[in-house]
Amino acid sequence: MTAPPLILTERMTAHPSDSHTIERYEATGGYAALRKGLEDMTPEQVAAEVKASNIRGRGGANFPAGVKWGFLPPTKPRYLVVNGDESEPGTFKDRQLMERDPHQLVEGVILAAYALEVNHAFIYIRGEYPKSARRVQAAVDEAYRRGYVGKDILGTGFDLEITVHLGAGAYICGEETALLNSLEGRRGEPRIKPPFPAVEGLYAKPTIVNNVETLSNLPWIVLNGGVEYARIGPETSAGTRLFSLSGHIERPGNYEIVMGMSWRELIYDIGGGIPAGRALKTWIPGGASAPWLVPEHLDTPVTIDDVAQQGTMLGSGAVIVMDETTNVLAAALRIVRFFAHESCGQCTPCREGTTWLERVLDRILAGEGRPSDLDLLLDVSDGISPGLRWPPVMTTICPLGPSAVSPVVSIMQHFRDEVEAMITKGVPVA
Amino acid sequence: MVTITVDGTEIQVPAGELLIKAAEEHGIYIPRFCWHSRMKPVGMCRMCLVEVQGPRGTMLTTSCTTPVTDGMVVDTKSAVVEKAQEGVLEYLLINHPLDCPVCDKGGECPLQDQTLAYGPGESRFVEEKRHFEKPIPISDLVLLDRERCILCARCTRFSEEISGDPLIEFMDRGNHTQVLTFPGEPFTSYFSGNTVQICPVGALTAIPYRFKARPWDLEAVESVSLVDSVGSKVSVQASQNAVVRIDGVDNEPTNQGWLSDKDRFCFEYINSPQRLTVPLVRQDGELREGTWGEALQVVADRLGAIPGAAVAGLGGARNTNEEAFAFGKFLRTVVVTPHIDAQLGDGLDPQFLAAVTPRATIPDLERARTILLWGPDLKEEYPVLYLRVRRAATALGATLIVVHPRRTGLHDVATHTLSYRPGTGPEVLARLAKGRATKAIAPLRRALKEGSVVAIVGRTGLAEDPRLAEAVAAFARDLPEATIMPLARRGNVFGALDMGLAPTLLPGRVSAIGEEGRRRLEEHWGPLPEEMGRDATGILQGLRDGELRALVMLGTDPVRDHPDPRLARDALENAEFVVAFDLFLSDSAALADVVLPVEGFGEVEGTVTNLEGRVQKVNRLLPGPGQTRVVWSALDDLSVRMGGVLGATSATALLEEIRAVAPAYGGVSWDLLDWGGGREGVVLPTPEGHQPLEYIPVDPGLPPGPDGWGLHLARVLYDDGVLTRMSPSLAALAPEGRAYLHPADVAAASLHPGSTVTVAGEAGSVDLPLGIDGGLVPGTVYVPANLAATAGLGATPVVTVTAAGGEA
Repeated sequence: MTAPPLILTERMTAHPSDSHTIERYEATGGYAALRKGLEDMTPEQVAAEVKASNIRGRGGANFPAGVKWGFLPPTKPRYLVVNGDESEPGTFKDRQLMERDPHQLVEGVILAAYALEVNHAFIYIRGEYPKSARRVQAAVDEAYRRGYVGKDILGTGFDLEITVHLGAGAYICGEETALLNSLEGRRGEPRIKPPFPAVEGLYAKPTIVNNVETLSNLPWIVLNGGVEYARIGPETSAGTRLFSLSGHIERPGNYEIVMGMSWRELIYDIGGGIPAGRALKTWIPGGASAPWLVPEHLDTPVTIDDVAQQGTMLGSGAVIVMDETTNVLAAALRIVRFFAHESCGQCTPCREGTTWLERVLDRILAGEGRPSDLDLLLDVSDGISPGLRWPPVMTTICPLGPSAVSPVVSIMQHFRDEVEAMITKGVPVA
Repeated sequence: MVTITVDGTEIQVPAGELLIKAAEEHGIYIPRFCWHSRMKPVGMCRMCLVEVQGPRGTMLTTSCTTPVTDGMVVDTKSAVVEKAQEGVLEYLLINHPLDCPVCDKGGECPLQDQTLAYGPGESRFVEEKRHFEKPIPISDLVLLDRERCILCARCTRFSEEISGDPLIEFMDRGNHTQVLTFPGEPFTSYFSGNTVQICPVGALTAIPYRFKARPWDLEAVESVSLVDSVGSKVSVQASQNAVVRIDGVDNEPTNQGWLSDKDRFCFEYINSPQRLTVPLVRQDGELREGTWGEALQVVADRLGAIPGAAVAGLGGARNTNEEAFAFGKFLRTVVVTPHIDAQLGDGLDPQFLAAVTPRATIPDLERARTILLWGPDLKEEYPVLYLRVRRAATALGATLIVVHPRRTGLHDVATHTLSYRPGTGPEVLARLAKGRATKAIAPLRRALKEGSVVAIVGRTGLAEDPRLAEAVAAFARDLPEATIMPLARRGNVFGALDMGLAPTLLPGRVSAIGEEGRRRLEEHWGPLPEEMGRDATGILQGLRDGELRALVMLGTDPVRDHPDPRLARDALENAEFVVAFDLFLSDSAALADVVLPVEGFGEVEGTVTNLEGRVQKVNRLLPGPGQTRVVWSALDDLSVRMGGVLGATSATALLEEIRAVAPAYGGVSWDLLDWGGGREGVVLPTPEGHQPLEYIPVDPGLPPGPDGWGLHLARVLYDDGVLTRMSPSLAALAPEGRAYLHPADVAAASLHPGSTVTVAGEAGSVDLPLGIDGGLVPGTVYVPANLAATAGLGATPVVTVTAAGGEA
């Protein structure tokens, strides 16, 4: 297998000790893309490159960034918001990008702002990432000092302010409209859509929200052209992307790969397989919200659309591997408990239903499950996500509720006998 | 209009209307908790989910957040929808406590009703419900039970969006979310009772009503609140012959369903044991109980022995139009006196109030481009009007200009504000109206030039010259598309003036000045007194000085409410004979020779007229206590004993005569208001009536006020007024009486906050604790009017402020 081109992680791999500094960044070609974009290209041309790249959002929704940019109405002002609230369990790639190559992100933000004719961008970083926040703020400050951010950047007449803002510990603030509410100083609760942020976003103005990884690709795309980016990997899953591998895996960590390989290659060749030679039981393909896959899917391709066809999602590219020793009910409970804790509380099915699911799973694990709990789990789940499909039909305002349902549906679909056994035998598990 | 299909039926609905509202208006009810027609939708409870067919297939969406589009196809009863509804209810009930037997809301509870109609028969939840300490008081009037709360956010949204008092908010997250107040800041909003009414469960309960009755035990009538002159529509409810609750009724042109807490909770006085129930006659210096016959005969004899022109009448501003009309006719034709006033020297020119043109209505506020408010602090004196103005400024894009000596409840949402030291109002008006446009004035002038303009004018305080409000109106009248809304406070003062209870007015908005109006009225009533009548201040002066000898008071308390309390007391003590019709033995009634107990709000059926000139109906729910009688019946009896004919055989008979005699009231009848399309009230004149007097406000060119501390003597919502005092839940809320100065003035005068100061003016003096108010202009003394501690001050434009018992 040929080594994939490193777009995002080349600098941090080659210069692990100082890839985050402006000196190293400029010495390795940094801010050349900015010069090219602002001095030699119009905003429309930069936007065209992004569109041509076919890059799909790396935050979890996988929506084509160029298409999203096209939703902006012509009015001013408009805002760019960078979603650095990485909170999907199993995802830790944006953290690495922010800590190890913050200038790559900053340059991407400036290019995006230029393309979108935005004069104020906000970088929202989850409160639990203090090192990322420090590194990104330091990078922004350095960029200001060098004249890459601020008034009349590089003498081109383009003004841009960048504000770094910290979240305060809520997963739901990774949902773009809850993030905007949080940024505005309100409770971090998702908004009703429509209207979408591109029409009515931050301070009710048109706003584009993009993920950290998505924007980190922009310097490469501007320097090499969107068409070049689109050539990498499968057409509808173009480019490289960072996968976070964790769980029962020999070599956990972030990997920049090209999509199209099989799950077997990803888990065994790149991830090194299961420690101590144990058998693979199940894995989550795209973060805690995603329904689980089982060994019969090992030879299916890792692309956005192929995974979607399996009734799950590649999401944020977070792969959590579980081996034969896993009590799947306990694993499911852990995830359900997370979502119940993180529910914003606005809407009835999520606020009450996720807690109900948590309580029932808790009770089963404590050895007090009842036979009626089997149907109950599925019915409570159906009240949140009618039809138990993925992507979900929602009775809720946002997909957090249906996310809590994913592990429940997964264990009932693939490991129902284990759940039944825990109920009929009343076996408590430590 | 667009065409949509709901459950197979095609209906025509306004484009962009919310689907839930459009369906409801066509008889298709979609269940809901968090949606309220008067607030922005939030789509939180998820109860209103319906299936809508779109280009990407069928979508499950909340009908409260979905505007209709042409060709929309909606299913409100599909299997998916019904399962979702059942699910939402089951979810809501897993933590909701089974409190129904002890919960006030039971019987009128949307959660009960929708569970019965759309919910599962049983709950499958066998875990432990979440628990909170319950209930907890969040103010002196409202209790909160967080276990019952279904987190629909109606209460928090009302407080933030409608009333502008965001004192309750969600805390914490997920299943731990709860409504709470902020530390040390109770829910002391003047509108807190509305949250109790709109709460869809029993999470918010009103302390004055808690455990008092079950909804199915209540008898109710629609009526109009007489706490102020806004004319808010209410439902008055009684159990076991006692009024136990007042709820707001949604009337689009007036209160839109909202009430102030004073509208809502000022009813305990109705059942008060201190209500007058037996006539009282003074004998040997003491008031002792007597019979109606005895008391009325004493009145007839004593009044009969005094020439008519030496008798005066005060009051009627809290009575119905029928009662006020009877009072006016009694005074003019049986007693034969022109000295009549429903105001107490604390209002504005009666012709200005009754007949200013062009006149604004409350809905005009919603259409106005610019609103000029130069008058009282609406939040304190006309809370429901404050809500309408606030809505215009925050939700409808109106430019709001507030001019007032002190920071008001609307300053937060005003576009421009002007403050001034009391007494300097005429100079401020001159700066606004003419001369060089300074940086402060220019944006106001620009806004005022962009009509349409609604000018709300009134007295900012009791010590202010009432002609200033009229001068402002005269200025505003020349602005583009301007209409005027003059303010006077008491519940039916506008109706009383329309019935001629003022020296310069005859019934039906007819001027008493000049011959024409009098001649026309004499065709019905016979000869009327020729001389011009005195106003309230003139009446009191006449009684004090002996030029007038007798006084008839109808529901009025001049000793407490006239700006010169010493004058009022001297007048009543010096008068030869005083008779009072009242509900309570007020400070003024206690000085009378005969006190007659009458029926009041909730006991009398009739019409009332609000500050727009809108006539509405008040209705009778219960008879008055003891031997109380309705006012017009007592006056009719009295007239007979005095050898006159009042013809007040019934309220409807009186209204019939009003229709004949009062031009502006042509066409007004109870049938029209109850059944004939007048349920929103009817703004006068009706097509069958006409308004002979059209009053053009004038600017008399007021001189600047005298130098010295300017007194801002202004009302607060909870004061020591009789009806508030007799309603224990509200009486406890009256603030402590203080004198407030600007902090710079306190420092300059070397005074200490909290120390006692003496505030003295021509009309009286009081000792009060000193308070600080940064919302004043330096040189101002702000004293809340009509509190027990401040009542003796009286209203004079300038006062002195000294440390109590010491030098200045």
